Amino acid sequence: MYSPQEIEQRLTRRHFFGRIGTGLGTAALSSLLNPTLRASPAQFPARAKRIIYLFQSGAPSQLETLDYKPLLTKLHATELPDSIRGGQRLTGMTSGQKNFPVASSKFRFSQYGQSGGWFSELLSQVGGVADELCVIKSMFTEAINHDPAITFMQTGSQQPGRPSFGAWTSYGLGSENRELPEFVVLISKGTGLPNAQGLLSRLWGNGFLPSQHQGVKLRSQGDPILYISNPGGIDPKTRQTMIKGINELNLLEHDAIGDPEITARIAQYEMAYRMQSSVPELTDLSREPKQIFDLYGADARKPGTFASNCLLARRLAERGVRFIQLYHRGWDQHTNLPDHISKQCHDVDQPSAALIADLKQRGLLDDTLVVWAGEFGRTVYCQGKLESNNYGRDHHPRCFSIWMAGGGIKRGISFGETDDYSYNVIRDPVHVHDLQATLLHCLGIDHQRLTFKHQGRHYRLTDVHGQVVRPILA
Amino acid sequence: MGELVIPSGELYVRRKSVQKRASYWWFIPLISWAIAAHAGGSTSGREVVFNRDIRPILSDNCFQCHGPDLKRRKGKLRLDNSEDARADREGMPALVPGQPDKSELFRRITHSDPGERMPPADSGRTLSVREIALLKDWIQQGGTYQSHWAFLPPSRPGMPSQSATGWARNPIDQFVLAELERRDLRPSPEAEKTLLLRRVTLDLIGLPPTIQEIEAFLGDTLPGAYDRLVDRLLNSERYGEHMAAPWLDAARYADTNGYNNDTPRYNWRWRDWVIAAFNQNLPFDQFITIQLAGDLIPQASLDQKIATGFNRNHNITSEGGIIDEEYRLEYVADRVQTVSTVFLGLSMGCARCHDHKFDPISQKDYYAFFAFFNQVPEEGYHHEHVGNVKPVIDAPTSEQALRRDQLAVELAPVASQIELREARARRETLLVRGKRVASAGTHPTPTPPIRDASALDRVSPLPLGTAHAAGPTSQDSLLTLLNIIPDYRAEAQETVLFKSRLAASDSAYAVLRTQWNRLSEEQAALRRTTPTAMVMQELDSPRDTFVLKRGQYDKPDGKVSAAVPGLFPQLSAEAPANRLGLAQWLVRPDHPLTARVAVNRLWTLLFGRGIVETLEDFGSQGAWPTHPDLLDWLATEMIQRRWDTKSMLRLIVTSATYRQSSSVTPALMALDPDNRFLARGPRFRLTAEMIRDNALALPGLIHHQLGGPSVRPYQPPGLWTEVAVADDSYSGGDYRQDSGSSLYRRGLYTWWKRTCPPPALSTFDAPDREFCQMRRSRSDTPLQALVLLNDPTFVEAARHLAERILLEGGTSVQSRAIFAFRLATARRPKPSELDILIRIFEQHRLHYANDVAAAHALLAVGESKSDTQWDARDLAAWTTVASMLLNLDEVITKG
Repeated sequence: MYSPQEIEQRLTRRHFFGRIGTGLGTAALSSLLNPTLRASPAQFPARAKRIIYLFQSGAPSQLETLDYKPLLTKLHATELPDSIRGGQRLTGMTSGQKNFPVASSKFRFSQYGQSGGWFSELLSQVGGVADELCVIKSMFTEAINHDPAITFMQTGSQQPGRPSFGAWTSYGLGSENRELPEFVVLISKGTGLPNAQGLLSRLWGNGFLPSQHQGVKLRSQGDPILYISNPGGIDPKTRQTMIKGINELNLLEHDAIGDPEITARIAQYEMAYRMQSSVPELTDLSREPKQIFDLYGADARKPGTFASNCLLARRLAERGVRFIQLYHRGWDQHTNLPDHISKQCHDVDQPSAALIADLKQRGLLDDTLVVWAGEFGRTVYCQGKLESNNYGRDHHPRCFSIWMAGGGIKRGISFGETDDYSYNVIRDPVHVHDLQATLLHCLGIDHQRLTFKHQGRHYRLTDVHGQVVRPILA
Repeated sequence: MGELVIPSGELYVRRKSVQKRASYWWFIPLISWAIAAHAGGSTSGREVVFNRDIRPILSDNCFQCHGPDLKRRKGKLRLDNSEDARADREGMPALVPGQPDKSELFRRITHSDPGERMPPADSGRTLSVREIALLKDWIQQGGTYQSHWAFLPPSRPGMPSQSATGWARNPIDQFVLAELERRDLRPSPEAEKTLLLRRVTLDLIGLPPTIQEIEAFLGDTLPGAYDRLVDRLLNSERYGEHMAAPWLDAARYADTNGYNNDTPRYNWRWRDWVIAAFNQNLPFDQFITIQLAGDLIPQASLDQKIATGFNRNHNITSEGGIIDEEYRLEYVADRVQTVSTVFLGLSMGCARCHDHKFDPISQKDYYAFFAFFNQVPEEGYHHEHVGNVKPVIDAPTSEQALRRDQLAVELAPVASQIELREARARRETLLVRGKRVASAGTHPTPTPPIRDASALDRVSPLPLGTAHAAGPTSQDSLLTLLNIIPDYRAEAQETVLFKSRLAASDSAYAVLRTQWNRLSEEQAALRRTTPTAMVMQELDSPRDTFVLKRGQYDKPDGKVSAAVPGLFPQLSAEAPANRLGLAQWLVRPDHPLTARVAVNRLWTLLFGRGIVETLEDFGSQGAWPTHPDLLDWLATEMIQRRWDTKSMLRLIVTSATYRQSSSVTPALMALDPDNRFLARGPRFRLTAEMIRDNALALPGLIHHQLGGPSVRPYQPPGLWTEVAVADDSYSGGDYRQDSGSSLYRRGLYTWWKRTCPPPALSTFDAPDREFCQMRRSRSDTPLQALVLLNDPTFVEAARHLAERILLEGGTSVQSRAIFAFRLATARRPKPSELDILIRIFEQHRLHYANDVAAAHALLAVGESKSDTQWDARDLAAWTTVASMLLNLDEVITKG
């Protein structure tokens, strides 16, 4: 007994291979298997068609970037009051410390744009697009160590096993394009901390969703997508002949066996062939004009940098990729924070701002949602010894700052507030699940309805929690 | 029958349908909601069976708030048992047998006011018209409850009446046929001999048949040829390897420790134990018992201890700053989840933070079960970062253990003779030489340095070796010693000189010394290379286990002792309340789940789909079995056959059901697209490991070696470093590719890094092994095409296949093409197929004749050198044809 959807799917597939006998033209494929038809599960209009998630792995300090705390200059080197710390759990790295001296930011803050938001001098160019941004200063999480925290941000659970954000959207919305994966992952290593935290394939994994929803890495080294290049001695024409031959043989097999899976495989070989030209075209930045490189910065010419990945993100967005997940590593600044975070911010400041400006000038910012966030914040107190010019900061789950821009989100606002120490949220707290619910909402998905039944339970990205943060919706 | 979809439930229904398909990427066929058949409303005439028809509806839509979870129960209403459902509730019983209109349950699910209607809008659940009709019919027919089928012990079902067709070969077929006939379906004819040979060979050893095996099978026209084939396969060592692969998923086995640092781990002795257990056909009850409690078996053998690694294969963290106890408890929880999923087909993990929403497992039940696995002397934090994590034991292979024992035997007499001779020499020396004592306060007159090697006449350098620190042994170092004034020599230095002098004067002693050094060095080397195994152990004094509020490590809430969930019969009074007692309980013949879950797993390996589709969930939310009686018959049969896995596999693969052709007509496709009712043979894509092994085996490139450390075949450079912690002392460094035969081992021996699993395997749905997984999805993506076309593993295999075609395929293009096709598919090509192969060969032959450099470039792929006896143009052209064959749907599919 089958649901009408299943019957219809099968009918369509039979229809499809009824036609395919007359030729393997891509026109037939595109009209019958039009992917956009899948993209309509919304309960309300989608404001964003896609997400570019600029994940800052290792957890950037909010104190040096987005959460301006002028009083700390006066409180510098004083002991963090117990009333602020409130007996909170610390990591094993500072729980043994005798003193918790306040370290104020070494970096100046100023106001930017019409909206007058405060940004650190390290993010002055991001400040330049302040009027496009929604800065949330009241994020908080439940995890205090990287592995669980980053897993929580990306999968809604601290423990392994759940699908990643991108996998959920791929599953829920399908693709807008026919030549690229719907969920693409780009990784860059920061200059701020060579000894960066690891990333984990589960962060873009499919969890218990069907595995076609896992993220596909777009790499700067070797093949941009694994195994996309033909081996030596196989030129495009030879490859075309081979694929044609494979599909002819597969079609004969289908005639004999009748299994519709065979026709699905035929379509995938056609797709693979198309990808072999669309992916090199995607990653070839040589046609980008000089002003684009001026905009994103010189690093954009170096494959594997955050700048280059931001430019690629724009190109992916143009091509209708649904979920573009960047990871920039190296924010885990327990020691030598001033030096390390300067470099790290330099990596991201210009390219992030450029991405916003570039999307905007192409009219893409209206339906692209850009998110800049790490997995937690950092402590106001110094990890280790507070020196005149140097300090470090430990992990801090109780508050951190992120920004968003684009489809569905208010422009030029700041949301939420922390206390004078940037230690506790005092207004409009936003939990990780709330952020996830909000991002899904912008994509037109009710986070309570995007479910998958696994081991008897209807799982969600937001577990059993999450409230859409309505005040920031445009 | 169609299902009217209530619009607000649309998304959820879509999910379900997509989940079942699992074979699209990037596009999904046109879905038109408008044509949804509006057939709901009545199911009249049909008998409603609670377990089949009603429980799934109530469980999925109602139990969340009206089920076993006491704390979250709404309106004090419980619908998961008859008594509560029928309670008076101040004159408003939920269920009045025979009277839907008087049943509050029915009134509420059909209420016109959305605020009153159940399930409530914010639950995300909706009932279809058909489901509502079923509930109505059920109430009308008396509203009777049944215990959940899977919680009652399987009973031996009666045989369905034998059909006259004579089709059935064994009881399996009788059950299958009965169901087919009920649905007006007919079984398919038997598959062609060659295809059946290929199917059963792939299914039992995970490899394709060779040409010789094809010929032999076709030539064996005596009765019982197929049975002999099955026996041969079951006796192959390759069988154990093939069976082990999916068990590694279930047991989340990997070669790294997982989490952030994901450092290397070397627990392959456990993996090899699994392979051996399958090859030796260890009865499944012992397979379970030894893995769960091998260490607790009296006088446990090394192998039995190694097997307990099953419960140590989980992730273990070495991330700085974590709280030890939090993670230690995480590991215990992982064991509970794994054991309950793999052996019970239940997700007990749901009850970690609250009572289970669907199955009668309370949070207290959960922690009582937790207590079995909470007694390990372990820590949450892996202090050494890299390598196996305590508790570990030395786990020499049988060869190593043998050599270790031999060495001990060989060393003993040498050592005692050495001692004898030294003792005698010491006595003699003491007689000759009195002990000189330096007078206090005066320094002995320095003697001139001895430079002349002649002074060494009476001492002989000893290759004393590192194993026994007896000091320096070279001539130079002896000279240095001699130059120290005797009174200033340390005891050890005197010993060296003494032994050296003795060796110079006693040649027998010198020989003994050399022998001893050689043996003890070998002993030390053996010790260094002996693998260890991560094992289960019990603490000397038991650790208390507490219910943890909301599952939090620091919120204990009432002590519990080890027990199995209350819904089951409990451990017998004389059984120990530990893992051994638990294992014995699991394998009781009247256990409702263990045998069912086990046979369902075997069935799935062969048919691609379980009798219960949800292998990992036999609970209230799990799938209803397609053939309940067959499942119970198989479960009871497995116990009768003393849990003999090979015997059960033999039974299934010799059934007529299994031997059917897998061809399908459009009519049958429409009636049973997923082949649930088995009117045709199984046909589905090979697993990731099988696709690799098949490609390596066809040209004979595969290197068969049973067990051993994991290997590192081709992998694109930089994959590890782009994600790994940038500190080699944590990450264990970048991927270092092996060379030589290690490149061509079977897929199950590939080094498995959890945070960056082997890319080609994971493209074909291999999991990352971070947690227990009972079944893999079978996706179909363009990335898979790219792997088969471009991964050096497959390109090199294609070239070797081409060499084989040239060597063994005769001399004409036609004979070679036939040979190639036959090797790859086990059948002869049709003329139309042959034409395509020959046409493309000719075309590419011409192409490479014009571009020999391209031919050489293609032949240079892979570490092995190409065979120069062949014309490069021929070889390259055949390589492209071979590569096409390795890409064919038929070749990567078991059909």
